[in-house]
Formats: sequence, structure tokens, C-alpha cells
Amino acid sequence: MIWGVLQFPGSCDERDALHACEVVGGEARLIWHEERDLGGVDAVVVPGGFSYGDYLRAGAIARFSPAMEAVAAHAAAGGPVLGICNGFQVLCEAGLLPGALLRNADLRFVCRQADLLVVDGPKTGLSDGFSAHQRLSIPVKHGEGRYYAPEEMLDALEARGQVAYRYAEGHNPNGSVRDIAGVRNEAGNVVGLMPHPEHAVDPLTGSTDGRAVFKALERAAA
Amino acid sequence: MSDASTGTPRHRELGLTDDEYALIVTELGREPNAVELAMFSLLWSEHCAYKHSRKLLRRLPTEGPRVLMGPGENAGAVDVGSGYAVAFKVESHNHPSAVEPFQGAATGVGGILRDVFAIGARPIAVLDSLRFGELDSVRSRHLLDGAVRGIGHYGNSIGVPTVGGEVYFEEPYEHNCLVNAMCIGFARTEEMVRAAAAGVGNAVVLMGASTGRDGIGGASVLASAELGEGDEAKRPTVQIGDPFEESKVLECCLELLAKGLLVSLQDLGAAGLTSSAGEMASAGGVGIDIDVGAVPLREADMEPFEVMVSESQERMLAVVEPAKVDEVRAICDKWQTGSAQIGVVTDSGHIRVLKDGEVVGDMPVGALVDGCPLYDLAPAASAAWIYGNRRTLAPDAGSAATLLALLAAPSIASKKWIFRQYDSIVGSRTVRRPETADAAVLQLPESGNAIAVSIDGNGRKVACEPFNGTVEAVLECAQNLACVGAEPLGLTNCLNFGNPEKPVPAWQLDRAISGLAAACEELGVPVVGGNVSLYNEGPDGPIYPTPVVAMVGELPDPARTAPAAFAKEGDAIGLLGPFTPTMHGSELAKQRGELAPGLPEPRVAAVAEACATVREAVRAGRVASAHDISDGGLACALAECAIGAGIGCRADLQELRERGCTPEEALFGEGPGGFVLTGERGELEALGARVIGAVGGTTIELAAGDRSLVLGLTDAAEAWRSLDDRAESVAEPPADA
Repeated sequence: MIWGVLQFPGSCDERDALHACEVVGGEARLIWHEERDLGGVDAVVVPGGFSYGDYLRAGAIARFSPAMEAVAAHAAAGGPVLGICNGFQVLCEAGLLPGALLRNADLRFVCRQADLLVVDGPKTGLSDGFSAHQRLSIPVKHGEGRYYAPEEMLDALEARGQVAYRYAEGHNPNGSVRDIAGVRNEAGNVVGLMPHPEHAVDPLTGSTDGRAVFKALERAAA
Repeated sequence: MSDASTGTPRHRELGLTDDEYALIVTELGREPNAVELAMFSLLWSEHCAYKHSRKLLRRLPTEGPRVLMGPGENAGAVDVGSGYAVAFKVESHNHPSAVEPFQGAATGVGGILRDVFAIGARPIAVLDSLRFGELDSVRSRHLLDGAVRGIGHYGNSIGVPTVGGEVYFEEPYEHNCLVNAMCIGFARTEEMVRAAAAGVGNAVVLMGASTGRDGIGGASVLASAELGEGDEAKRPTVQIGDPFEESKVLECCLELLAKGLLVSLQDLGAAGLTSSAGEMASAGGVGIDIDVGAVPLREADMEPFEVMVSESQERMLAVVEPAKVDEVRAICDKWQTGSAQIGVVTDSGHIRVLKDGEVVGDMPVGALVDGCPLYDLAPAASAAWIYGNRRTLAPDAGSAATLLALLAAPSIASKKWIFRQYDSIVGSRTVRRPETADAAVLQLPESGNAIAVSIDGNGRKVACEPFNGTVEAVLECAQNLACVGAEPLGLTNCLNFGNPEKPVPAWQLDRAISGLAAACEELGVPVVGGNVSLYNEGPDGPIYPTPVVAMVGELPDPARTAPAAFAKEGDAIGLLGPFTPTMHGSELAKQRGELAPGLPEPRVAAVAEACATVREAVRAGRVASAHDISDGGLACALAECAIGAGIGCRADLQELRERGCTPEEALFGEGPGGFVLTGERGELEALGARVIGAVGGTTIELAAGDRSLVLGLTDAAEAWRSLDDRAESVAEPPADA
């Protein structure tokens, strides 16, 4: 298993994501944003941070990087991709995932532990291996994490099983519609979420519930 | 030189005295030109030259077996073993934050980060020490909101966690808030660099952002004078931060250092190119020629003096061997950050400024950097309480009502509203998040151990008695470290005081530095760096004298730290340490409007002994929780432990009565040296703690003679968490902002 973690100017959590991949198992390497070749990695993580300073809009500039073209090709070929926080924003901007992330409802950055519910998905999806409605304690930290999509699109996403994670009752930190914390693409191989599973792999620094999110990616790559 | 329109000599407008100007003329052998005068006025400002504090700072002990870098470097550094070092520094950004809180606080964080990565250490944590006027003031809430947003904006964006800090709300900070930012860095010891320029003929390379007209005169006009009327006009002297640029420069510099491409590195802070080039030349005993025409500018028509003193952020200055300049610039290109060779190291011993081949400024490095006269203070003790007193709590309030009032005091209540706006976890080192333990704990997997950090400084106590109050601040830090099992390695500080040319602030500064020296000496903790911020005054007088001290300690195993909150029902509660509380300078004395001069002399050796006992007990896993007794006394300490755990407690304070305390002092009195420990009764007694109660139930029951109290845990928690709503009600900025 070889993990690739993208690195943009302004990425913050790429080393943490690299570490999390190694904890879950396998080899992990950073992929510089100017690379056009992913170097044969099995799964891609688009990490958190403030790529290009979040200027213009979070993720709006990073999506044009050469590495993102390679990620789109990897995803089109069925390769697994996980976008975390800013990575989720980048994947939405790139059109690889539906919807958009808006400023938090209270207009403030929020950092806290949040409970997530895993939502059932297609067997090919990254939620494969979770028990339905499994509850995960994973931190969030973002200023622009309010998931939004028009009502009809949300209905369609739910009907197709594209909602991957929801905030548990009372844990929605940002006003996301329908408590959506993460979504997947129709094929189920691309998943994005605002919470940070890479910050939930070490019992000393919090929970270890985030490992399950990486494990699911590992299974999807197998 | 003089301003034709006002007749005021130009040097006075720039903050130099007539005598200082005459000395500059003597040193140069001629009148300075405009470029030279601008440069001298900045480096001879209080902010850069420490002219009213440097003599006093010589009292501080700076040496210790673990010290790798001490005062004079960009940051202090201590050895944490296995070939690794921890660097740290705290710096003020008070006046910029009082004028424009968001950018003032943001660039305060940006500046302290640069100080740390300038020595080759990767920033791994930020802490902040903030002071504002009372929370019921609209201006204070505006400043608080702006400063917190600014700190979050910079720290969150650059990926450095904010892991702790402290905030006090006191009337004397109403006009002059304090924003002190601390950064911790981690480095391989052999990869650290000093800031001394060396190698005649080497290139001087400016990296990072381009240079604009922002922040001109920040160090002299804004930082080295009292705030007052017309400060809104000084807003252009506040710099604007760009954390994305800094993130790129940071990664770029660390890559350059790891590849061994730099001879030395220095950040550009106050006084911009003038101070960084001057200090690098001074430290290396060389000269530097700067070609202002080679500096990348934001505005093409900038004058040479503007280029030399601009405080544009996110810039670094490096000395590079000529053969390596191309490789250095290629790495800057990779990180999409600017670079330009703007000068050369010379053997002239002068800083020379050139424009189009013509010398527009030429000054001996010694005169420019080290030539500013150092002044003795003219201190005079004040026997009277020079600050106000405002009664907000009736003296006959019952004990339970008093405890609620103390828990709800903005300086004591939970700061969750603030901390949740900061990323406290990026970097995967944060073992104890804010408010879960007395000190922040960061694991260091590379060296196999961990560090703990605490930052403290109760200005109200220092106002009561500057020497003893400062000693208490140091002890508070040491106690916080002990609670997580850490042993102090080094201390840094930021001394925030009023106008040193006035007798009472001068006395406060003099006594506080002596107290700092005495406490550090007795604890055996070296002072590895520091910062001084003077002229912190408003229309009503000086701020509380506020020495903010920050201590870094080491603990062998990050898994062996204690939480502050109770661990489980049934545990015994032990009181340990030489704790004899009084009402002097306490939160309760403040609420009753009874503040007065005087603070008992702390028993430093006995506190140090208690710290060692607690530290070893925590490391050995012999206690389930540890919390030091601080603001609001034993009653507040117990309530905080209970609220954090969601479990009540019952305790009898007779032990303190036996030490001569009144029931009220036993409950709410303050003083150093006290710890609340929980665990097995036998273990606590073996440590020398007096068992005073037990954890359990849904109430806080404290027996203290005729002041005994019973308070529901829910009510206590509601009071302690009340800051969330009160801070959030940010009204419109004041009309003059």
C-alpha cells in the first residue's frame, strides 16, 4: 500500500496526514503540487491547510495545480481519494465532489472535538467496513466548513447514498445543511470530509477513531 | 535639520532627544542626512535599544547546563536531549494592537514565528498572554474580538497550533491593551544558526515579501511613546500580515538551512532592514553595504530611508556564500517567494546605504547598533494605591454567591470562547489541549520525550508589590509545570510597564526585574531571552506593571501527565505545599473594591520543594489529578477541578484555619505554593499532602466555619462558562475606531 499526500504552498496538515497513513500501515510520500505524475501511489490524500492562503476562495486556486489534474485522472480510473478539510474544499472546487463549503454560520473559526455518524454507502464506497451508524470522535478545525448544496441536489445525493458522514446531534459546528460532514462521489471512490481523521490516530493527542477513515480508504484501494 | 512647517527639529519628531542627536553628530563627525537620521532614530528608540531597561536586565541569571542560546539571539534555546533543542521567545505587540487589534495581534504572531525559525527551529506552538480593560467595556470587547481573530487568522493559517495562554481583564488596560505572543520551536541542535554576519565578500540576500510603505516608524513613533490623542492617525504605522507568505518563507528557510546553504539568517522586525542588517553586522564584527535599488519594492518611488526602515512583514535576511546564491534563489522560486541579492558583507565596520552607485548613508555599525546611551532610572516607590478601586460585589455577599461571582469573573472564567477559535492540534504534538491541564504539553517523538509550557503574569499582584508579585508570577509558572510532571529548563519574559521616565513606573520596573532575578536564581531556572515593552499608559496613567513570564519544562514521558480535573468518584483530595492565602491582590479584593499596596513575601524554597514533590508524583503516576491554587483561591481551584470532571466534591478547610487563615481567606484567599491533588488517600499522605476531602456527588461542599458553603455543580459550571455569551456580544467598534 502506497499513500500519496499532496502538498501545496500553504498546506498545514500534510505531515500529520503522512504520519496517519504510516500509522494505519504502508508507505506514505508527499507529492509536490507541481508534479504531473502521482508516481504510482495506490491512494491519494488531499490534506488540510490553507492552500494558496485560501485567497479568492478556499481551494479555488489549488484545484488548478498540475497534481490535481493527475488526481482527477486517478479518480476517473477508480483510484481512491480522500479530501480532508481544505482537501475537501479543493475536491469540491475541482468538481470531483458535489456541493460547496461556505463560511461557518457564526463567522468564526472553530476547533473542537466532534462526534460523527458514518452513513451507509455502496459496497464500493469508503464506508465499506464501518458498521452502519458507527459513531466516531474526530476533531474539526476550520473557518469555512458549512456544507451547502441546493435542496434538489441534496435529495439526489441522499437517494444515491452520497452522504458519507454526518455530525451527530448537537455536534454540527458550522451550520452545515442536514448535518453533512462529508460526502462521496457517485462511484464512491472519492470522499471528502471537514473533520480531521489524521488528528485522531494517536491516543495521546485525542481519539484513535480517525484510523477507521484511513482503513476504509486502504480497503477501497485493495 | 528641522521641519519648516512647525519649527520642531526633525530629530525630536522622530523621538530623539537633543543630547542623543548631539551624540550622533559626534559619532559621525558631521550632521546626519535624512537617511541616517531615520535609521539612528529607530535603532536608538526604546523599542530597539532598551535604553531604559538594559542596565537592569544585567541582573538576570542567564546561564544553565541546558542553555544552548541565551539573550541576544533571535530566540533562546535549551537542550532537550538526543541532539534536539527547543527554542522559545515571547514578544509584545501592544501598541499596534491597541490601534488596530486584528492586524496588530496577527503581525505579533507573525513576528514571533520569524524570530524562532530565524535560528533554524520549526515553530511547533504558540501561546498568548492578553490583557484588556473590563469586559463590560465596548472598547475592550472590540479589542478582544479583534486580537483573538488576528491571532487565529495568522496561527491557524500558517499551521502552528495555539496551545495555551492566559487573559486578564482589568481597568488599567482599558486604553493600552497587552498582546504578548510566544512561539516554541523545535530543531536539531546542529542545524541551528546564529544571526551573525560573517565572511567578507559574502552576499546579503533579502527573501520573502516585497518592501512597501507599511509600518514606517512603528518602532519609534508607535512602540516607544505613550498612547494618547490622535492615535488613529498612527494606524498606517501598523503593519499588515500575510500568513500565506510567511508559510512559504518559513518552509523555504527551513529547507535552505537543512541543506546548509546559509551562513546566517535574521528576521526583519521592528526597524526593518536597518535593524536586521545592523544587528547582523554588529554580531559578526563586520560591515554591510546595502543597495536599496536592488530591494524589490511594492511602490517604485520609495525613498532610500523608507526602504531602510519599512516594517513590511514576512521578510528574512540571509548571508550567503557567493557560489551558493543561485541555489538559494532557486529554492526561493520553488516556494514561490521573493529573493534578491541586495548587499554584500564588507570589512568596513560601517553600514553603507547605496542608491544607483551613490552612497546615501554611511554609519559606523558600533554607533548605530550599540551607541545609544543607556539611562539609569530615577525610581520612587509609591506607598499609595495609584490605581482605581471599583466595587462590584457587596462585602456581605454569602459564600456561595461569592464563589459564583469569582467563577464568573472574566479573568477566572473558562476561556473556551477564545481557545476554540484557535487550531490547537495541528502538528500532532498536543497532548494536553487548552484548559485540560495547568500547562500545555507537547510530545517530541523525535527525542522521545515531551515539553510543557506555561505563561503567566498577574499584573494586579505586581501592582500591589512589584518584587513579590513578580516572584509569584515565576512560581505560578513553576507550579503549572509541576502539575504536568515537567521540570523547568528555561524562562523567557516580556516586561510590560508604563513610562520609565516617570518615577513610579521606573520603581515598578526596577523592583520587578529584581524579583524576577531573585526567583530565577533561587529556582535555578536560567533566563534565556526576553522583551521589554515600555510606555504602556493611557490617559488615566500606567497599566498594571505586567511582567509576563513563560517557562518551558521537560517531562520524560508524555503519557505520564496529570489532568487538572478530578479523575473519579471516591478519590481523596489532598492539599500540598506552603500555601497560606491572604486577601492581598486577590480577585475577591478586586471585586470588593479593596485593593491596596502590599503582598506577602513568597517562600520560594518551600514552593520549589513542593513543586519537586508534585512533579515526581505525577511522573510516577501516584496522583490522578493535579491543579495549582491560583486566582480565586482554594474554593475556585476545587470548583474548576469539579466542573472539568463533571463530578462534585466535599472538603473541610480546617487545615488552612490551623495555618492562621480566616474562613474567608481559606476559601478565597490567594498566594503561591498550593496544590490540589487527588488519588488514593494513602498515596497522598505519603507525599506529605493533607487529605481535606473527597471527590463525588453533584455539589461543591466546603466546610469553613461560619463561611461554609454548598453550591450545585450545575450552577458553578454555568458561572464558569458564562464568558462564552458575554464575550460574543461584540457591539459595534467604538465610534472613534
